[in-house]
Amino acid sequence: MNQAAPADTDADPAASGPILNLNRISLAFGGVTVLDDVSFDIREGEIRAIIGPNGAGKSSMLNVINGFYHPDDGTITYKGETRARMRPDQAARQGIARTFQNIALFRGMSTLDNIMTGRNTMMRRNFLWQALYLGPARREELEHRAHVERVIEFLEIEAIRRVPVGRLPYGLQKRVELGRALAAEPDLLLLDEPMAGMNAEEKEDMCRFVLDVNDEFGTTIALIEHDMGVVMDISDRVVVLDYGRLIADGSPDEVRGNEEVINAYLGVVHD
Amino acid sequence: MLYRETGQFKTSYAADQAIFPIFQDRIFLFALIAFAYLAVPLLASEYMLQAVLIPMMIFSIAALGLNILTGYAGQLSLGTGAFMAMGAYSAYKLTTGFPELNIIVVFVLSGVAAALVGIVFGLPSLRIKGFYLAVATLAAQFFLVWMFNRVPWWYNYHSSGTITAPPREFAGIMLTGPTATAETRYLLVLSFCIVGGLIAKNLVRSRIGRHWMAIRDMDIAAEIIGIRLLPNKLLAFAISSFYCGVAGALLLFSYLGSAETEAFDIFVSFDVLFMIIIGGLGSILGAYLGAAFIWLLPIFLTNAPQLVGLSMPVDLQKHLEVMIFGSLIIVFLIFEPAGLARLWQIGKEKLRRWPFPY
Repeated sequence: MNQAAPADTDADPAASGPILNLNRISLAFGGVTVLDDVSFDIREGEIRAIIGPNGAGKSSMLNVINGFYHPDDGTITYKGETRARMRPDQAARQGIARTFQNIALFRGMSTLDNIMTGRNTMMRRNFLWQALYLGPARREELEHRAHVERVIEFLEIEAIRRVPVGRLPYGLQKRVELGRALAAEPDLLLLDEPMAGMNAEEKEDMCRFVLDVNDEFGTTIALIEHDMGVVMDISDRVVVLDYGRLIADGSPDEVRGNEEVINAYLGVVHD
Repeated sequence: MLYRETGQFKTSYAADQAIFPIFQDRIFLFALIAFAYLAVPLLASEYMLQAVLIPMMIFSIAALGLNILTGYAGQLSLGTGAFMAMGAYSAYKLTTGFPELNIIVVFVLSGVAAALVGIVFGLPSLRIKGFYLAVATLAAQFFLVWMFNRVPWWYNYHSSGTITAPPREFAGIMLTGPTATAETRYLLVLSFCIVGGLIAKNLVRSRIGRHWMAIRDMDIAAEIIGIRLLPNKLLAFAISSFYCGVAGALLLFSYLGSAETEAFDIFVSFDVLFMIIIGGLGSILGAYLGAAFIWLLPIFLTNAPQLVGLSMPVDLQKHLEVMIFGSLIIVFLIFEPAGLARLWQIGKEKLRRWPFPY
């Protein structure tokens, strides 16, 4: 691990250094500006919420962070290293995992296999060993299986281990997707609307998992969420985007009182 | 009542990840393999071995290969026949060029040759998907067959343009050629068939298999969680073509004896594709069941009228056979689109509960 800041997960998140620093990020698709000069950081061990109305550029922001989009302008410093263009699989190898707004699970595969794919970057044996399924390849498979089982236990989805995820209800699919991201043992976990479309109990479960992941594993979390109650309750700091611009950045209370944020959400007559 | 897994507790992940976690399944499989090795060569007639079992098993090897590529990795291919031709012609060239080379090694090397060609024709898969990729693999089908027809080097400049499997022996036993008995050829093909199935199963239950299925189900998500698409797709093409190549070599050496390029034309590609669709896409068992269905059903239909004492003109019988075969496939696909492997699975579920109706 090439961490610049010492990893001290017990410390108050406010006191630790940033794991990720986004400096003046701009992104445009053709003539449409998606992100306009956005700068903020994510500190080691915190829960960082990204909120904003529809089309504010929140998901694009996550896509920039994990290398799926390449910003037109600006720099990204991750673990003290300012990085050049990066492919998503490289980001995954460096400890960035994510979930998606619209579930992006592998529908034909079982819950167990889906979560096992989350560990793909850690498996080393080549296909010739796997063809024999002996010795090192078998040992490796079993080691990772044991780890995946801990994730399954943590998320309380033991009962659906063998079920193809295409047959699972929506709330459970969201949970399996979180499991796939967790299996990668990420340093930075990006959650794109983890609670969208859930009922109250499912939301409470998901909140509990997010908080537990943060507490127990010290994982830094950046999440996009529309449920303001959830955002205000679980996040350490909130960044607000509107039409690709950053309009507020601070603690939940500061953001809640910010006039521009209220205007962005409630609408204001522009003169 | 015999098929119960009650009391079979798994206490390790190794036991849970076994190919056949249920004891009765293992017994059944070992019994089947023992029967195939010991009883079948003694009991079956030469016709049964030569015209039914040997080609059926060879096609099941090709179906395994195509199922890896299409059923698991999701890359539609219509080049199976060409990759089989590549295997057959490579094996022919290798064994005529180096007669002292062990014939088993020749088969494996011809699989490798087909794998290399498969990689080349798999390259477009990075950019194109689905039916468009199928058309690109069609190029392999036509180009390779054309090449084997037009480049006399491939058939050692024989005026007839055919390639003939020369007699080759291993450990004093004649394995190929006209003097090899049907029994030895059957045992040779059976061994390839079993080892091939085991290796395929190991691959698809390992990391590489999960990569393939992830790419099949959602390639963008696969990429984002760190699976690199090009190497995994090309590996699927390579391994798939390897199986097809070995199957092609066996088809020439153990079944046909001598062949021209017609033996590997586009209809072979379609037949193998039908096998995996009928058998079950993304299932190792499905490759075997599909090959058995597609190969055995026409034979059964040919022989059925005689069995019930019915005599009819040959051409009428041939037409009826095609009609019944076609409608059976349609009915079957409507009834169970997930294939015979799924049907087998449902049957096993039912059997576990029998005789209770819940």
